[in-house]
Amino acid sequence: MGSLKTIARRTFLIGSAAVVGGVAFGAYTVRKPHENPLTAEAGDAVLTPYVKITKDGITLITPRADSGQGVYHVQAALIAEELDVDLDQIKTDPGPPSPAYWNTALASEAAEFMVPAAGMMQDIAEGAVNSVMKVIGLQITGGSTTVPDQFEKLRLAGASARETIKALVAEREGVAVADLTTASGNVILPDGQKIPYTDLAADLAGVEVVQDVPLRDPSQWRYLGKPMQRIDMLAKSTGTQDYGIDASVDGMVHATVLMNPAQGGGMSDYDASEALAMRGVKAVVPITGGLGIVADNTWRAFRAAQAINVTWQEPSFPLEQADHWAALEAAFTPDAQDSQKRNDGDVENALSDGEVLTAEYRAPYLAHAPLEPINAIVRVDDDRAEVWTGTQIPRFIQANVSRITGIPAENVTVHVQMMGGSFGHRLEDEVVKQATEIAMQMKGTPVKLTLSREEDMIHDFPRQIAMARMRGKVTNGQVEALDLGIAMPSVVASQLSRQNQSAPGPDSQIVAGAWDQPFAMPHQRVTGYRAQQLAPISSWRSVGASSNGFFYNASLDELIEAAGADPLEERLRLCSDPLARQVLEAVAEMSGWAGVGGVANGSKTGRGVALTKSFGVHCAQVIEVTDTDTGLRIENVWVAAEVGRVVDPVNFENLVQGGVIYALGHAMNSEITYAGGVAEQSNFDLNPGMRLHQCPNIFVRGLENGDRVQGIGEPPVPPAAPALAGAIWAVTGTRLREMPFSKSVGFI
Amino acid sequence: MQLRINGTLHEVDVEDDMPLLWVLRDELGLTGTKFGCGIAQCGACTVHLDGVAVRSCQAWAIDAEGAEITTIEGLGTPDLRHAVQEAWLTEQVAQCGYCQSGQMMQAASLLTETPQPSDQEIDDAMSGNLCRCGTYPRIRAAVKRAANLMQEG
Repeated sequence: MGSLKTIARRTFLIGSAAVVGGVAFGAYTVRKPHENPLTAEAGDAVLTPYVKITKDGITLITPRADSGQGVYHVQAALIAEELDVDLDQIKTDPGPPSPAYWNTALASEAAEFMVPAAGMMQDIAEGAVNSVMKVIGLQITGGSTTVPDQFEKLRLAGASARETIKALVAEREGVAVADLTTASGNVILPDGQKIPYTDLAADLAGVEVVQDVPLRDPSQWRYLGKPMQRIDMLAKSTGTQDYGIDASVDGMVHATVLMNPAQGGGMSDYDASEALAMRGVKAVVPITGGLGIVADNTWRAFRAAQAINVTWQEPSFPLEQADHWAALEAAFTPDAQDSQKRNDGDVENALSDGEVLTAEYRAPYLAHAPLEPINAIVRVDDDRAEVWTGTQIPRFIQANVSRITGIPAENVTVHVQMMGGSFGHRLEDEVVKQATEIAMQMKGTPVKLTLSREEDMIHDFPRQIAMARMRGKVTNGQVEALDLGIAMPSVVASQLSRQNQSAPGPDSQIVAGAWDQPFAMPHQRVTGYRAQQLAPISSWRSVGASSNGFFYNASLDELIEAAGADPLEERLRLCSDPLARQVLEAVAEMSGWAGVGGVANGSKTGRGVALTKSFGVHCAQVIEVTDTDTGLRIENVWVAAEVGRVVDPVNFENLVQGGVIYALGHAMNSEITYAGGVAEQSNFDLNPGMRLHQCPNIFVRGLENGDRVQGIGEPPVPPAAPALAGAIWAVTGTRLREMPFSKSVGFI
Repeated sequence: MQLRINGTLHEVDVEDDMPLLWVLRDELGLTGTKFGCGIAQCGACTVHLDGVAVRSCQAWAIDAEGAEITTIEGLGTPDLRHAVQEAWLTEQVAQCGYCQSGQMMQAASLLTETPQPSDQEIDDAMSGNLCRCGTYPRIRAAVKRAANLMQEG
């Protein structure tokens, strides 16, 4: 068992760090999968790790972190649905880092990565993998897994808590449980008398939790599936929502960092004498790879940082962007092959004669750039440490602060803060490590570290750079063969290296969003090539699929054009999955699809279409573009996504629209490039994304034909860029094969 | 120097060129105004000087002396909401919400000047305010709703 744990600890993380989605509900019960991490004061009741009742109120624990996707609300609603409390009666709390809050959906997905490990197949077959996952306790937010992971778990927690409360009252009042009902945080006795849950807190403390409570039929739901008012909306509509950057701790100082602008390079020497003489500057301290600047005001720290002269060392990756691309070009070799998860028919033979189409595609590095610059407060005392930060990985933070300080992990408290966006940025914790190193040098003083936008963007671990090469063939007006090779460095390996983990085995993110697409043709092959590790990279909203959705759909479009077919009709003909067919049919109907239009049809308005399956979700989009005198204007986007069940139609629409806008903005005009080892784009002037005047109408439909509930944070991203490229082809006649498209065309 | 913020006079001891943003946030604890870029590219720090929307990361403290400074905290409160805040709440605009203080301050300024803005006028006024989550469709709807609320009085 010891070696199994060791292997699993290494291998499962490859999936977790990539935050890939996908769902396989394990048989989960609330029956003590781990020790309940909630501590109860005298007279308080903690019913399951998710429900805490005191005489003063009810707190629901929502351990998946909220970066704007509304998961505090969704998690609360899932519990409240069964607990019978109203959403204005409860508070939420992200809870402490604890293995009790492990992410089942991520763990199940991670099992895929364990297959190559010797001896693991049997363990997987016997379900041992999940038990290993429990040992590690994977408390990560990402991969669009919150809803799939928590959909059953939190309702069960709510139901267990409710039945526990009823059992107590039944015994006390001498009535049958079946004669009790619950509503709005009250138990209602047969005579109509209401007993608030909060009045029962003292008596509930320590009682045995009722298990195996059946879940209510969806027809009985009050909240789920209906438009809800998000619980954070009032605060976020009045400027009263506090984020990590707004947190304040008594006695804290304000700090920033000046890190080697070439990521990971060291520091030879520095002269901070001018900075130290500036008003309000308290200290300049060396930390790994740079300096911490401590002052009494954030702006004073920023200004002091600019007054420091440092001699930096070179990074370990190529200094110039052209060399990054060259490394990808060099990776299309048998030696660098990482995976070949799809190989239908006989591609080599099919492409050995006749007219073979070829094309090459590129996707750049991209910053995450959430609007709240990255920040953390850390206080280090002799025997304990405390962290306040917005994060998707509280358990890693606890471990890292423990490692840096030598303080036992159980004495490291992490207060998870609301996040002003993430898009994967806060799956990293460098800012906490930096703040901890500064705080180590001024023990007892809380250090609030805020990065300037420039420090944040230059030191972001961006989305992977990626390249694809396509060969293909059409016969008799149909797509016959597609051979797609994709080269990129391993996101997973890069990300895990910063958590002192290795990543054996193939990285499925290299071919995610490409190898498993719901299109069948006589010959189809998808090969992943692992390029050398270049600049450090990380999971960016939809990870591998963010580049590969473009590569796959753009390849299909070129073949469909060669076949003389309609891109939507031919996709329907090739479609091999009924759920995918339904989303394609939905966008055809929503958009009134009647061909691509555009220059070939005498119109300045044209359309493109794409479908990507990612994170278990089929998402199709039709995008309409008009060629105007001032540039291309994206007019309309029609989106359909198959998610099994739409938990909140309002939030669903908002997230889908946001995913489309995030994807289109980057496809239009954003990239990170390196010169001298330094990212050339350091702020929103050079990395603009989409602005309001560029925003199209976006029409959204969620389909509920599948039998699994799915998350929607990431799946709208991959098909947006290729659908836009298709529409641009329609109105210009030019195939764009490299993002951002602003390299080739102008937008309004 | 003295700064009049949301109707209250505050005495602050700061450099003349400290951006108003950091006076508000770090000196006075008015954290509803957000730091996003520091170079007037995102609009998260938008406040009103004498009713007009400005980027507080570019306004020096000394420049704000003598002006009526209004921040999101002064526009309205959770219990007593400005029409723009009411519209933002009803339309459920926010995702992460970090840009929305600035968006609302910009919208309030627009509606003071142009009570019934056209689509083009909304685009023109609001395009300097970046939203990385992509809530633009809802922002457009909320600006129109706020305009109607203000007209109804």
